[in-house]
Amino acid sequence: MGVIDAEIRAEATEPSALTARHESHARRVLRRFLRHRLAVFGGIMVVLLLSSALFAELLSPHDPLRIETSNRFFDPGQNLDYPLGTDELGRDTLSRLLHGGQVSLIVGIAAMLATVVTGSVIGIVSGYFGGWIDNILMRFVDTMLCFPQVFLLLVIAAFVTPTLLSISLIIGFTSWMEVARIVRSEILTLKEQDFIKAAIGFGSSHTRIMVRELLPNAMAPILVAATLKVATAVLMESYISYLGYGIQPPLASWGNMLTNAQGYFDTVPFLAILPGVMITFTVMSFNFLGDGLRDALDPRLKMEQ
Amino acid sequence: MLHFILKRLLYAIPLLIGVSIIGFGLMHLAPGGPLGVYTLNPTVSVQDIERIKVIYGLDQPIYVQYVSWAGNLLTGDWGHTFFGGRPVFTVILERVPATLLLAGLSLSLAILIGTAIGMLGAVKRYSIFDYLATTGAMFALSFPTFWFGLMAIFIFAVELRWLPSGGMYDLGEEGNSLDLLRHLILPTAVLSLVIVATWSRYSRSSFLEVIGQDYIRTAHAKGVPNRLVITRHAFPNAAIPLIALLGVQLPFLFSGALVTETIFGWPGIGRLFVDALTMKEYPVLMGMMMFTAIFVIIGNLLADIGVAMVDPRIRLE
Repeated sequence: MGVIDAEIRAEATEPSALTARHESHARRVLRRFLRHRLAVFGGIMVVLLLSSALFAELLSPHDPLRIETSNRFFDPGQNLDYPLGTDELGRDTLSRLLHGGQVSLIVGIAAMLATVVTGSVIGIVSGYFGGWIDNILMRFVDTMLCFPQVFLLLVIAAFVTPTLLSISLIIGFTSWMEVARIVRSEILTLKEQDFIKAAIGFGSSHTRIMVRELLPNAMAPILVAATLKVATAVLMESYISYLGYGIQPPLASWGNMLTNAQGYFDTVPFLAILPGVMITFTVMSFNFLGDGLRDALDPRLKMEQ
Repeated sequence: MLHFILKRLLYAIPLLIGVSIIGFGLMHLAPGGPLGVYTLNPTVSVQDIERIKVIYGLDQPIYVQYVSWAGNLLTGDWGHTFFGGRPVFTVILERVPATLLLAGLSLSLAILIGTAIGMLGAVKRYSIFDYLATTGAMFALSFPTFWFGLMAIFIFAVELRWLPSGGMYDLGEEGNSLDLLRHLILPTAVLSLVIVATWSRYSRSSFLEVIGQDYIRTAHAKGVPNRLVITRHAFPNAAIPLIALLGVQLPFLFSGALVTETIFGWPGIGRLFVDALTMKEYPVLMGMMMFTAIFVIIGNLLADIGVAMVDPRIRLE
């Protein structure tokens, strides 16, 4: 028994021929991705946005919270000390946008993680075990999908103290259902394949099969969903913040900067335009990136070519 | 067919139960529970709250409370508002027509425009139009709806002064349908934009799938004019999945309506929800959650039945 076991193991863990094919697969994916010009643009934008958020402290010319009432309502370019102007309290708009971006991206990425982890766990468990477990979990997914997401988000957001963590978790809790469905259907096809039967055959535990065999092979759709979920999470954060249940002032987020700017539409329209442009750009970049990844990784497209 | 409808109806029951359990659970998660608003009121003593709890049956075990709450829900007794003590169900129903008008109009317009764009994009795949349409849809999907609404107000109401910035009627013009139409333009445009974007993507891929099939090639080979192939042969089959998607779109429509109504001060259920949120009107909030969820369940049920009616393959499953 030991010899056969070892042989199977050797075959499963040392796929020298497979690695070569895997590499060419990765190169093929990369080639297909690079051909998608908007996706490349989205990818570059995402890198820029992430680094601007990471180095917000260094890039900001001023403290985003410093109030200077003598410098109120500068237009962009009016004073070179404040390249993008100032708001109603004389705070530097550029610094606030950079720090707001930090908030948006932290929430976007944390919420995406919560979404993807919850969705993947439920999707894998549901697809792998099937039967009544699958039935109950999928009915739970259906039930959650009956509630309009913004309604659910706002009710829960109104109940809890808004922090970066709590808002990310709320967004994650209300948006994991699609991921669960995508992962489950992926698992259902994977489950029928020989390598899973082999794993069951030599007695791997359920957890091992789910974590070591199924999860890595379902990574492509999870990666695509994750990228697109950052986009929706950034959008959702701006919705809650705009309606006043998200990140609280004086801390800047793109959503609450917009709420603020609404009152000064006539005087300084730029105050309202800039945060919206930033939200749109961020969401769009992640959407393009996710779309490109899907085109590059989708096996159905592969068959077409 | 009857068998199919019955099966779908039976399937809706666990959904209804699930929705009611989540709704009930949320109400009890609220700080201070369903009586949270009283605990914040200094004139209401702890003893008073205990007494109110007994009156509302909140001292009972949780499952007893759930059963009686769900029973009341079925009989139309959705509780009363904290402020004013009006029946929640009536308060919600009052707001439905305004939302139905705005959301219905936006949805119909968006479906017409979105299907047309998707169809054209699929027929002229990889053309400049297709490229612009898909990129434009992605762009529209990335707009925060409220920002788009604010910009629309800024341009068309504040700067150009062509259209009113919000509300349903000008003062003293209540009931004037021309005035109503003027007030409808901006919110409808804002709410439809996102649906047009989603819908054009859906219909494009649905058409692409149908156009690639053999019977379409056969129709072309027989010499059927291209226009007829698209409208007579491709359209009916491409529309089937879109009917089902109509049901799936409903929650997004509600979410969009909430944001749009808030920006434009449109007196619909979305606005009611946001107002109830600021006033901590938990009975109204929970009523709204249940109302929208039940609406979505019924909408999906109707969409499924609609699909089964036009596509016999579904019925046989």
